[in-house]
Amino acid sequence: MTTILDPTDERVPVKRQLAARASSLAGTVALLDISKPRGNVLLDQLEAQLKLRAPGIEVKRYAKPTFTKPAPDSLRHEIRDAADVVVEALAD
Amino acid sequence: MTALLPAFSLQDTHGADRSYPSHRPALIAFVKEDCPTCDLVMPLVDALFRAVGESTEFFVIGQEAAGNLALVERHRLAVPILDDSTLKVSFAYDIDTVPTLILTDGEGRERERIVGFDRQSWQSLAARLADEAEHEGADISWDGLPEWRPGCGSRSADPAIADRLRAEAENSPLRARRIEIAPADDEFEFMFDQGFTDGLPVLPPTPERVVRMLSGTHRDPQDVVAVVPPNMAEATVEKVAINAVLAGCKPEYLPVIIAALEAACTDEFNVHGVMATTMGASPLMIVNGPIRHRLGMNMGIGALGQGNRANATIGRALRLVLRNVGGARPGGTERSTLSNPMKFTMCFAEWEERSNWMPLHVERGYDEGDSVVTLFPATSGPQLIVDQKSRTAEQLAGSFGLVMQDIHHPRSLTMDCVLVVCPEHVDTLATGNYSKSDLRKRIQEVTAVPMRQRVADATTGEGFDASRAASMAADALDRRVPKFLSEDMIHIVVAGADAGKFSGLFHGWVGGAMGSQPVSRKIEEA
Repeated sequence: MTTILDPTDERVPVKRQLAARASSLAGTVALLDISKPRGNVLLDQLEAQLKLRAPGIEVKRYAKPTFTKPAPDSLRHEIRDAADVVVEALAD
Repeated sequence: MTALLPAFSLQDTHGADRSYPSHRPALIAFVKEDCPTCDLVMPLVDALFRAVGESTEFFVIGQEAAGNLALVERHRLAVPILDDSTLKVSFAYDIDTVPTLILTDGEGRERERIVGFDRQSWQSLAARLADEAEHEGADISWDGLPEWRPGCGSRSADPAIADRLRAEAENSPLRARRIEIAPADDEFEFMFDQGFTDGLPVLPPTPERVVRMLSGTHRDPQDVVAVVPPNMAEATVEKVAINAVLAGCKPEYLPVIIAALEAACTDEFNVHGVMATTMGASPLMIVNGPIRHRLGMNMGIGALGQGNRANATIGRALRLVLRNVGGARPGGTERSTLSNPMKFTMCFAEWEERSNWMPLHVERGYDEGDSVVTLFPATSGPQLIVDQKSRTAEQLAGSFGLVMQDIHHPRSLTMDCVLVVCPEHVDTLATGNYSKSDLRKRIQEVTAVPMRQRVADATTGEGFDASRAASMAADALDRRVPKFLSEDMIHIVVAGADAGKFSGLFHGWVGGAMGSQPVSRKIEEA
């Protein structure tokens, strides 16, 4: 029998669970732009539609400093504290 | 207070168990049958046992099962020989030489040690044992014995098996999870199935091979080299060594991989973005300094291709760490549209001696005597630049500029790139006394075109936004704009064969603080 050493980070493979989805549109909606070109155009349209169709909600806009890097912890925490729902504009 | 010697339990040639310590003073003797000095001392050990064996415990430890039986028979020994053919006790005692005698107290503290045969020391030891046993002593005619005989190498120190023993020892430096591959499985197929490979076969990282790999660095195996994205997993020196074994590296390559991983996982290099981008970037590694020669790296003929173990496996090891420890896998977070062969490996050395130019690492602030690895984010390359006709430095540098104009897209501006100048081109540039700085200036000059030529139009949608251009003044549109945002984004090294007028070009990725910037790290050798 051959014994080898695990070359990986040895994380037990766990399927990532999706966060529970909001059942209705209420409260604060965060619109997150990852800073890829024209992501802001998409979010502008979405914001206009939300204001038109769901007048009671508050919309807050956020942007990652760069799409190439993970969102900074401070930004994630800020959105978590401020918003009930997040819509992220991806690209490509 | 003296540390206690390791406890052990071994069987003698009759299969009886003997355990140390036994709460009585003891004499431990390590021997092997094919050692002439051991052969010389066995009758002495037996005579001591017969004389004082009731007051002192004797643990004669033989290193080969068949050899032990031969010694008992040849010398008609009364003293039992214990079987350490697995060599675990010899290794735990760090025995270099046989015979080694160790006199201990009842709790397992060493009182005296004799290595090899030294008549005076042995005679004193015999007298000491007799004194303590209040016995007249063994009947040994010391005068007939040589004054001194060196011992032989312990089997546990044999380089062929010492690494295995180190890996299996209780104080083994290894902590990684052990995976047992069933005998019916093909170990190479198993590693493919587990996803440990880049698509090519990898070497099984057995504990023995990993221990040998770790001998290439002075760093503690559990030191964390870097936190590797996207899983943000800690890559210890041990994990890097395991992946270096997979890649086919020699132990002396390990410090280069460690330095490269440190460079890759900085915020400046941003290896997450490099590996994840749909553009398909990959770290290009260039090694400078004396280590190039020590590792036998290729900087001459075919330097950017296959055939050199150091070039090929160092680049591959870095990518396997990113894949296995960091979790960057194609189709996962690695989203390259087309990707390129540099995702397997891309590493070479600069031929510093072939030009009068300042080598890359010295330009980047290191001493000439330092060994340094520099990482660049590369999306394409090497792109061949063919110029067999230019005879002046100005013409040749002009050719470089014309080719570089098309990096990524003829209309676009770009950031970092790496130009690999071949020796014949170095000679042509030397006729014009061109420095690296002159070359950069000339490239910027040749690539500079009026802004209006960089505007998107009916031919291509790429380029400067047409609607913004429409609102610009004519003189702004006439302003000549070079390809590179700044001259220092043109990185120049020398490599390649003496014959051939073919240089190479690596295209960069998104540069600057928002993307990836070249990063250098000094290589700390063992």
